[in-house]
Amino acid sequence: MSVEALKCKECGTRYPLDARYACEACWGPLEVAYDFSSLDRESARRRIQAGPNSLWRYADFLPFESPPRTALPAGMTPLVRAYRLADRLGLREVWVKNDAANPTHSFKDRVVSVALPKARELGYGVLACASTGNLANAVAAHAAANGLESYVFVPSDLEEQKILATGVYGTNLISVRGSYDDVNRLCTQLADERDWAFVNVNLRPYYAEGSKTLAFEIAEQLGFEQPDRVVVPIASGSLFTKIARGLDEWRSVGLLEGDAPVFNGAQAEGCSPVAQAYGAGLDVCRPVKPTGIAKSLAIGNPADGPYALDLARRSGGSIDAVSDDEIREGIRLLAETTGIFTETAGGTTTAVLKKLADRGDIDAGERVVLVITGEGLKTLDAVRGTFEAHEIDPTVDSFSDAFASAQPV
Amino acid sequence: MSVTVKIPTQLRTVTAGDSEASVEDARTVGDVLDGLYERYDGLRERIAEDGDLRRFVNVYVDGEDIRFLDGLETQVEDGDEVTILPAVAGG
Repeated sequence: MSVEALKCKECGTRYPLDARYACEACWGPLEVAYDFSSLDRESARRRIQAGPNSLWRYADFLPFESPPRTALPAGMTPLVRAYRLADRLGLREVWVKNDAANPTHSFKDRVVSVALPKARELGYGVLACASTGNLANAVAAHAAANGLESYVFVPSDLEEQKILATGVYGTNLISVRGSYDDVNRLCTQLADERDWAFVNVNLRPYYAEGSKTLAFEIAEQLGFEQPDRVVVPIASGSLFTKIARGLDEWRSVGLLEGDAPVFNGAQAEGCSPVAQAYGAGLDVCRPVKPTGIAKSLAIGNPADGPYALDLARRSGGSIDAVSDDEIREGIRLLAETTGIFTETAGGTTTAVLKKLADRGDIDAGERVVLVITGEGLKTLDAVRGTFEAHEIDPTVDSFSDAFASAQPV
Repeated sequence: MSVTVKIPTQLRTVTAGDSEASVEDARTVGDVLDGLYERYDGLRERIAEDGDLRRFVNVYVDGEDIRFLDGLETQVEDGDEVTILPAVAGG
């Protein structure tokens, strides 16, 4: 089997595959290390294509000896060719990876799908997380479906929809008076005190592996080809870097050919520590206090920031930030051209794609993938007041008065 | 005057299992850490490099990240709690 060890991304120190996340020698983050040298390309491809219609078709590239059984399958979300969006932006080929089409309507179903069976394998009975909302939904739902107890910690100013869509699963929902970064610190402390699987703290190396499956799907859905460019939202920077890692692994085993795509990261101006560091030419991020409507991206102290910066620069991409108004326009642009209603994070990503197109960064022949990570119904306030509704009496005259200009000739 | 320091599991191999330590007569966070370095062999190398904290080390005074304060120069007062934690990506 190809999964080998946990390995420090900074100094390379190796650790056994247990619940740990920081290197004891240098405190760098740990990542799962694999040895794919015995993996045959053709048989790997056959196993993928004959696999289940979920992310477990990529089990060869996930940290398990054999594919675990889970009760709420995630992944295999649509990759949609966005002709009208491309036209609007003056681009040739744009695809939307719609990860809102997951069981709890965000890409977080992927990471929890991997963290949960690993938690069980390591003997944990309680699943927990620090969340900006989407992860809360996913942990609560997957824990319920798989019969585990769960504790979900969120900042108290979260959108009501995300609170409701968490509590419904019967989790222990803890609303913390503070920012996400406060919640994250608290959970890091609690992970030392409680014998729980905090999916994004002590199980983080496994959890993060789930994000690679987004890259695998995009490549498989393009017929085992890579896009030329991907535009991805950045909160902690983990998804951004794991999409690159997934494609790297597939190139290394010969499932993909050619150069890595260009990576463009998207942040909201209300919380843009990575975009600011990118703009200033720095290789570390200075933490910020988040504001603004993109709450699912509101991580002021992004732990994978240095790796996100390196990836954007190395791939010839960039990390851009957009305003709250641009985010609202981004949500509308995607909805009006593709029929996909995304949350503020997706509005951020769409707005950054528009910015890149307007700036002339995207060549005419490029195949671009826009990664949409979440569902618009979870952040309804963002679109309130952005359009007009017409209230009329139930009569033809009333309708005709209201729509006089649309009178048929 | 005395400041309490919370020590995470990752450092307890060099603190002989201590999860908490008191440091007396420290004026700044830097002084607090120096106090710990004197007490525990091998601690400095774990979290500091070239006189500064390593980049994946977060230090808080009463819950506030010292990068929002004055870094290692941040003043501490009697009864303050200093927490050392590894940076963890979230979401």
